[in-house]
Amino acid sequence: MTEPDDAKDDRICALIDDNLKRVYSDIVQEELPDRFKDLLAVLKAQDADKPGHGSKDPL
Amino acid sequence: MSKHPDPREEMLDHLPALRAFALSLTRNGATADDMVQDTVVKAWTNIEKFQVGTNMRAWLFTILRNTYYSSRRKLNREVSDPDGIMTNSLSVKPDHDGRLNLTDFRKAFETLPDEQREALILVGAAGHSYEDAANICGVAVGTIKSRANRGRAKLTEILALDGDSPMEITDNATMAVVAGGGGVMR
Repeated sequence: MTEPDDAKDDRICALIDDNLKRVYSDIVQEELPDRFKDLLAVLKAQDADKPGHGSKDPL
Repeated sequence: MSKHPDPREEMLDHLPALRAFALSLTRNGATADDMVQDTVVKAWTNIEKFQVGTNMRAWLFTILRNTYYSSRRKLNREVSDPDGIMTNSLSVKPDHDGRLNLTDFRKAFETLPDEQREALILVGAAGHSYEDAANICGVAVGTIKSRANRGRAKLTEILALDGDSPMEITDNATMAVVAGGGGVMR
């Protein structure tokens, strides 16, 4: 009432985005489960066993 | 830089963001982590398709998203939950004082269609440009904008945001958390 609708919309939009960031950053800041570090270690070890370092020849 | 580093070394750094994106899509922690795992394996074994120097996070998000939508097509039950049926089964725990509204917010967010949730997360939370988000989702920039706008409009409606809502009381607290809590993603 005391302000134009556009300003109100912008404020609501900013409010929503702030809350989105909150939800998202809460998850981002969680400690990464060990399974992912383990997975990367396994993938790396598998590569090390292969000769020819990443050059996959389709033939 | 004498030789370019293996881009795969960079993958670990993006996993927290990838998990957050996965969780916002699946709304289920176990499914989200399984999908992150699939994404890591796919990305690792297809690393030659990654263009060094481009945005690895966006590339990983794209893979995860494709994984999600193809599994959604396979099991086309569950998914796309426009009426929020799944949401009703979420347990709502009362949180600390200022956090109650965030819980409401999250519940409301989870009722949005997949396409609107991902647009809002990519643009509103993860700090991607509309162009990046459009690339990740494989759609036009205008489509991302309209999905994000529809999502915001729906949240405004669900949460009855009218500029005087109690949610705004926590606005300062929100800003403090965002400012102090690693809100800067990139």
